[in-house]
Parts: sequence; C-alpha cells; structure tokens
Amino acid sequence: MSFIENRFTPNILTTTVDTIFNWARKSALWPMSFGLACCAIEMMAAVASRYDIDRFGAGVYRATPRQSDLMIVAGTVTEKMAPVVKRLYDQMPDPKWVISMGACATCGGPFPTYSTMQGVDRAVPVDVYIPGCPPRPEALLHGILRLQDKIDKMTIARA
Amino acid sequence: MIVVNREQPFWHRFYLTSILGGMWITMRHLLRRRFTLRYPETRFKPPAGYRGIPALVKDQNGREKCVACYLCQFVCPPRAITIRAGEMPGNSVEKYPEEFEINMLRCIYCGYCEEVCPEQAIFLVNDYEFAGGSRQELVFGKEKLYQLGGVRPDPILKWANK
Repeated sequence: MSFIENRFTPNILTTTVDTIFNWARKSALWPMSFGLACCAIEMMAAVASRYDIDRFGAGVYRATPRQSDLMIVAGTVTEKMAPVVKRLYDQMPDPKWVISMGACATCGGPFPTYSTMQGVDRAVPVDVYIPGCPPRPEALLHGILRLQDKIDKMTIARA
Repeated sequence: MIVVNREQPFWHRFYLTSILGGMWITMRHLLRRRFTLRYPETRFKPPAGYRGIPALVKDQNGREKCVACYLCQFVCPPRAITIRAGEMPGNSVEKYPEEFEINMLRCIYCGYCEEVCPEQAIFLVNDYEFAGGSRQELVFGKEKLYQLGGVRPDPILKWANK
C-alpha cells in the first residue's frame, strides 16, 4: 500500500479504495493470542460461544505477531514485560492496532508501584482504551466496535 | 518404554464411527437453544447489586448530595478519585465538591466508595461498557458523573433547612 499512500488528494478513486480496504481491514481483525493477567480470562470469555467475538471477524487468534493485525494488551504490564510487548508490536506487520484492555494495561490500575508500567501507552501506541477490572466481554466487544469505527476513517489520500 | 498394542475392533479402522459420533454431537447442538448473546442488539441485564461504574447522585430537589468529605478519595484502593472542595454557595454549613473527578481507567469497581459514603452520594450504577480513544476521555468530571448517576430520592433531607 505504501506506494500509493499520501500521493493523491482525496478524489473518487481514493475514497473507493478506502471503502474497500477499510471494509477488508475492519472485517478481519486478527488478534494476537497474548494475555498477561486476569483480563485475558475475560478475553477468552469473549471468544467463547456466549459472546462469540467471531461475529465481528476478530476471532482468529494467531499465535504469532507476524500474522496478526490487533494486539489486545490484556493485563498488567510489568517493567520487565514491557520490552517484550514492544518487540511483539514491532514484529506485527502494518497496518496494526492496539487495544489496551483493563485498568492495569491502561494506567497501572491498582498497582502504582515501581515494578508496574503505568500504562502500556508508554511502550506502544494505543488506539482504544477499555476501562474495567476486568472489563466484561461486552466492553471488549464495544472496544472492538469502536476500533472498527476508527479503521473506517482511515484514508490513503493526502490530508 | 512399554508400548501396549491394544486390539482394536474391526470397524475402528475406517474411522467412520468416530466421524459419525462427532457429527452426532454437532447435530445435537444444532437443535439446542441458541446460546450466543447477540451483543450490540441484545444486552446482558445486570442483576441487583451489580457493580458497574461509580457515579454521583442528586436528591429529589436537585441538590448535590456529596459534601466533599474526602472519605471515598481516602478509601479508594487505586486512588482513582480526585476531589477539590469548596464552600457551598448560599449555605454556610456545608462543603461541596467544586471538582470531582473519577479516573475510570484506574477505577477497579470495588464499591468501597459507595460503602464508605456517609451521605449516600456515590453509587455504582449499571453501566459497564466504555471505551476511549485517549486516556483523558475516560477521566469523568462532575457533570458526566451526575449525568450517569441521575436522581436518587433521599427520605431524610437533613441539610434542607440549614
């Protein structure tokens, strides 16, 4: 995509390309299977049949960052884990998104201590923050819907 | 290492019985009631006493119940609540919160604030789904908290004639 990105001003061709690409991107958000703490349990509940994250196209959990579009940081990010999170993020191919799930990942939550990173946005850029301790599966689905809205606004045209 | 070579029944060699057995389970589940909650359309109904997000409430006269005593800020385990007290206008008795912020990202929905509040001004309401594009978006100020909390009638109204 990079060879046409930022080359054209908005016109009927770029908006058509945007519609197709954004539809494709938001309908197949493959998350990375990556859980750090108890929020991961709630993430698993969102994958299970009761809430069924597959209805939003985001249920194909990949075991490698090379195949995933979405990183759901579910749980406490310790200072020791942060470089690993950063490396996994760097290994993901573009375009990539990050959801910060739960109180611990977004801002340290109940652990304002030396060993906990006070928010994963200090290591990787975050697109959607979901509060909760842990968030209900619905809250995660709500966050994914919100991320899909964000993807819908992406454009290849020059601003 | 001991390898036990058990004698298999003849029909097991075709795998057909296993496949049919698996398909039988699939068919059985096909006829059952649908288990999936279709989330954005149908929602989970929180039971009584559900701990969603904390919000401030007003009494039936539209008076803020909170008197800025700082107990909730003190008790809050993740230190999510920030209060700045002021003098209530037209009332020489009582304080009120000029600013009352709850950082919903830090909040762990424990309900200690509701439990400790002597004025019954803060309640955990049923809302649970929020998402924000930035951290600042989820720091709820007073206006938002009153909007979420609404009105809870107070039978005593002890500050009405002060």
